[in-house]
Amino acid sequence: MIRSADETAFIAAGNRKRAEYIKTGIVTLLAVIFAAIFLLPIVLTVTNSFMSPSEINANYGSIFATTQKGGKVFVSKTVNLKLIPDMITFSQYFTVLLRSPEYLFKFWNSVIYVVPIVVVQLLIAMLASFGFARYDSRIKRAIFFLYIVMMLMPYQVTLVPNFLVARFLNIYGGRWAIWLFGFFSPFAVYLFTKFMKRIPQEVMEAAAIDGANEWMIFTRICMPLCKGGLASIAILVFFDYWNMVEQPLILLPDSDLHPLSVFLSKINTGEISLAFAVAVIYLIPPLLIFLYGEDYLVEGISYQGGIKG
Amino acid sequence: MTANKRRSVISWLFLLPSLLGVIIFFVAPFFVVIYYSMIDNPIQNNFVGFENYVTVFNNAAFRQASFNTLKFSLVSVPLAVALSLFLAVVMESRIPGKSYFRSFFLSPLMVPTASVVLIWQVLFNYNGIVNKAITSFGGGRIDFLKSDYAQVVIVVLFLWKNLGYNMILFMAALSSIPKELIEVAALEHASKAQTFWYIKVRFMSSTILFVTIMSLINSFKVFREVYLMTGDYPYSSLYMLQHFMNNTFASLDYQKLSSAAIIMFVVVSVLVFIMYQVENFYGKDVEG
Repeated sequence: MIRSADETAFIAAGNRKRAEYIKTGIVTLLAVIFAAIFLLPIVLTVTNSFMSPSEINANYGSIFATTQKGGKVFVSKTVNLKLIPDMITFSQYFTVLLRSPEYLFKFWNSVIYVVPIVVVQLLIAMLASFGFARYDSRIKRAIFFLYIVMMLMPYQVTLVPNFLVARFLNIYGGRWAIWLFGFFSPFAVYLFTKFMKRIPQEVMEAAAIDGANEWMIFTRICMPLCKGGLASIAILVFFDYWNMVEQPLILLPDSDLHPLSVFLSKINTGEISLAFAVAVIYLIPPLLIFLYGEDYLVEGISYQGGIKG
Repeated sequence: MTANKRRSVISWLFLLPSLLGVIIFFVAPFFVVIYYSMIDNPIQNNFVGFENYVTVFNNAAFRQASFNTLKFSLVSVPLAVALSLFLAVVMESRIPGKSYFRSFFLSPLMVPTASVVLIWQVLFNYNGIVNKAITSFGGGRIDFLKSDYAQVVIVVLFLWKNLGYNMILFMAALSSIPKELIEVAALEHASKAQTFWYIKVRFMSSTILFVTIMSLINSFKVFREVYLMTGDYPYSSLYMLQHFMNNTFASLDYQKLSSAAIIMFVVVSVLVFIMYQVENFYGKDVEG
């Protein structure tokens, strides 16, 4: 069969287009599989929170069988992963919200710790990052490096220093022990400085020539330009402290002061039948923040990487 | 005082609150820790030099823990960087519903640690889902968290938690590379691989550094999940430096603990310093 050049080109273009479609299809399929894996834990937590305690025990009891003495419920040998409950009940929520005030109490503890920490850490970090970004010098770069190293330290390294300071300042065992360490954490300073350094020095110089003092440059120029960063860093800091486990365990011997995150990590082994509902309740604030602030978060994260520390 | 000098002083004032806090709460106690690491016990306070360090170095548990931690970081951090870069490149191509995928990948950030632990146990317990799947294909069950696969499970957890965040960083970096540069490269018959390695990766060097630093932080934070899943004394391949520190703290051996903390501090500082030097070397002629 003889084809004209035009025809051949036409067919080639069609093939290319088809290859393109297939490629897009494969990539999309891969992304869907990946996304499903990523979402599974959240979906599982939410759907399982509507199961009755006996259904939970029947499904997952074998994992925690050793910790439950004389369980009367039927426990299957292996775990059943069930996405959809046999019967939707709110009994977990009923127990958590109405019959066990300690959960709400701990939830309130979490709020009391996290909100001030986010606000104050960000305030201090904003000021500090302006200090780092303006008038770069050798000493400042060395200090900044120290901040990075400190931020990188696993909590277990700072555990002894924290413990010593808390004892020395007589804040050990109280809420201030958690607050003060949170306020001065170098994490937000590091992220904010990356933002601030993106702002061209010329802009600030221009403002200075127009008669703005440093405070005005900070409030009128740098702060508005860092709005996206502010939101995203706030979200990250919030997520971090909302999930804190180690600090309260070390600094707060009185478990009445513990946030829900610590408490939640304990019920996993004890009252597993309620664990899902408590987890969902605990998930709500981060979820709301995530849904509301996701665009800021993405925008903010996008800006973080771009500049040399 | 010149105007410049005055403004430089003012910039230090902005730094002051944070600096004071960091000195009081993080730096000063560190010197106390150094002091602790060089005395024999807190009652007699005899100066013993580096004796505690030698003891810690010779401690089998410390060696095991350092080896495990190092191995974990060396595997998981590069993997996190490479995989998230790959995901970012994939997401760069045209696929429908891109922003939804982005949200899905980011969602692990908000899941409470305790739920993560719960789900991971459901998946990887001896009686868990993964084993169920393996047996249904005729394989033998593995007690993941008490076997040599334990670190693999943790690496998976780490990747699951952090890939999305890293991916967004890379997506942003990829989109900020000047299009002209890539077009010129294409005109000069650069292959796709060449464009990727010689242009894109170099342009992203500061992002790669940033992602590496963040991944390193988060690789230390995974301890939280490991601890909640396996307790004080996990299977030996999961025994991390943090376990060592926690257990030493529980036994109130401040000398051992202080020396270990200082050793870790030095190692992390050196690591960060090297990363900065490498980044400076590769990225110096690129405007980040």
